[in-house]
Amino acid sequence: MDLIWEGIKEAIILLFQGDREVFSVVTTSLRVSLSAILICLLLGVPLGTFLGLAQYPGRRVVASFVNVGMGLPPVVVGLVVAVMLWRNGLFGFLGVMYTPNAMIIAQTVIALPIVTALTMAAIQQLNPKLRLQILALGSTKWQMFWILVREARLSILAATIAGFGAIISEVGASMMVGGNILGQTRVLTTATVMETSKGNFEVAIALGVILFALAYAVTLGLTLVQQRDTTP
Amino acid sequence: MKAAALRLEAVEVRRSKKTVLQIPHLSIGNGEVLAVIGPNGAGKSTLLQVLALLEKPSRGRVFLNDQEVTPRSNLVSLRRHLALVFQEPLLFRGSVFDNVTLGLRIRGVSKRESKQRAEYWLSKLNIHTLASRSVTKLSAGEAQRVNLARSLVLNPEVFLLDEPFASLDPPTRTSLIEDMQHVLAETKVTAVFVTQDRAEALMIGERLAVMVDGRIVQMDTPEAVFARPATAEVAAFMGVENILAGRVLSGANGRSLVQVGDHQITTEETHVPGSELLICLRSEDITVSLPSEDGDLNSKPNVMKGRITRLGPLGAQCRVVVDCSVPLTALIPKQVFVGLSLSKGNEVLLTFKPRDVHAISMSRPTSVAENAT
Repeated sequence: MDLIWEGIKEAIILLFQGDREVFSVVTTSLRVSLSAILICLLLGVPLGTFLGLAQYPGRRVVASFVNVGMGLPPVVVGLVVAVMLWRNGLFGFLGVMYTPNAMIIAQTVIALPIVTALTMAAIQQLNPKLRLQILALGSTKWQMFWILVREARLSILAATIAGFGAIISEVGASMMVGGNILGQTRVLTTATVMETSKGNFEVAIALGVILFALAYAVTLGLTLVQQRDTTP
Repeated sequence: MKAAALRLEAVEVRRSKKTVLQIPHLSIGNGEVLAVIGPNGAGKSTLLQVLALLEKPSRGRVFLNDQEVTPRSNLVSLRRHLALVFQEPLLFRGSVFDNVTLGLRIRGVSKRESKQRAEYWLSKLNIHTLASRSVTKLSAGEAQRVNLARSLVLNPEVFLLDEPFASLDPPTRTSLIEDMQHVLAETKVTAVFVTQDRAEALMIGERLAVMVDGRIVQMDTPEAVFARPATAEVAAFMGVENILAGRVLSGANGRSLVQVGDHQITTEETHVPGSELLICLRSEDITVSLPSEDGDLNSKPNVMKGRITRLGPLGAQCRVVVDCSVPLTALIPKQVFVGLSLSKGNEVLLTFKPRDVHAISMSRPTSVAENAT
């Protein structure tokens, strides 16, 4: 118990002292995970909306693949992305291995199925007649898509929260494709693992507390936006 | 002759290898209000979606303002001539005002004009005080008024309504129907009004189409459909309780004698002797009296004697089921019921006028090809 308390105190000290190393780790964590979730929203929301609305053969099979994707183990994602980005890999020519961009790619792969699958479910939960009503109001197909996404925005925000929660807290993929390089690819999760392995439990707990606070702050912001829409 | 706002030619809609809609010809004139009535699964909503250009028929041609809708047509632009109101209000998250102006925003109408048009219709439908209220806080009646305002604000050329009052309580429904009648009379908009309620159809429709199994089986003025249903199904749907099989004994000069069970029924219609037909008789057109009150039975047409088998009070009226070798149901005022001291097992006389008897020929076709107005 004392260890945890010391860790919390250490976290407060590290934050308020403006420790450069901690600041770098926090900003890298935020930059990587927010970039990844933004890409997931840009790709996953249209894809989930399309999958939720379109009628095509094998629709259920595609839906099951997207749903399976929600449970992808980050270590496996890290391994596959590392193999792809490795010097001799398929995308080795990009030269992004051990950079924040590689971590963004890996985190996008982890969160994209979550955002897509939950958006698909959100769109499918809407009354099917809404689509006809929007078209009957004279909308184009794009306007209809946009209005349906707006109508499902509470669930899509929940998808965003779930996706962000999954990537801000993952460690395996970030470690494998980022390499935990100080000032470049070290994020809160990889730093916590490293400090624990070195026996610096107080620092590790402090980093864990900061990670939790960070995840909570972002999620709180998204939740406030989400709940604002539920109040009359 | 009115020009057709909407016209269907040889339209067929098939789903899962089953024909759900088959309309040889349907023409809805400019400014006309057509009521479409029929049981569940009759194809009424499918017809409306074809008319709203939301469903492409498997076969046939659709015309809007005499212009054929083809695969090359700009459906979005054509749909903007129409407005469709569903049974459920289908409102979107946000305020009443946001919902009423949604179609206008979709069409890129300026904020100022949108506001003016929305305020006009909110006021017209008595919901102007709700403009800023969240749609989640509306009653069912208020929500349906918002739904109607959202469509009317678009100034549609054709207004399509799919059972808009079906889920409302009776007082709300009555008030909305009255408002709707005023709106239709004032705007003179072409309207197709789908309903299962014959009272609504009779109140709103200038013409009435009865649908059964994806076909229009009768189309005429509401009064004509009510008085002279074309088939037994239409008769039953229009509330005819007494439908009896008979054979024509004689028929000439606008009068026919029909054998029904042990009785001979006179009708003011001419039918071919020997032909089989169905006699339709509305329960409210039958008078009930006691045998002692009546004089010579044989001197009057359409007088039948029988015993009461069932009685059912219905508020101001009473349903009396009488066995006259054929079962007949009469609907009589409560005062008459009390005055005659009727009870189960009583012998009574049933009387009805020849002009109230409508006969349906058994060989009548089951669908109609309707003429353009």
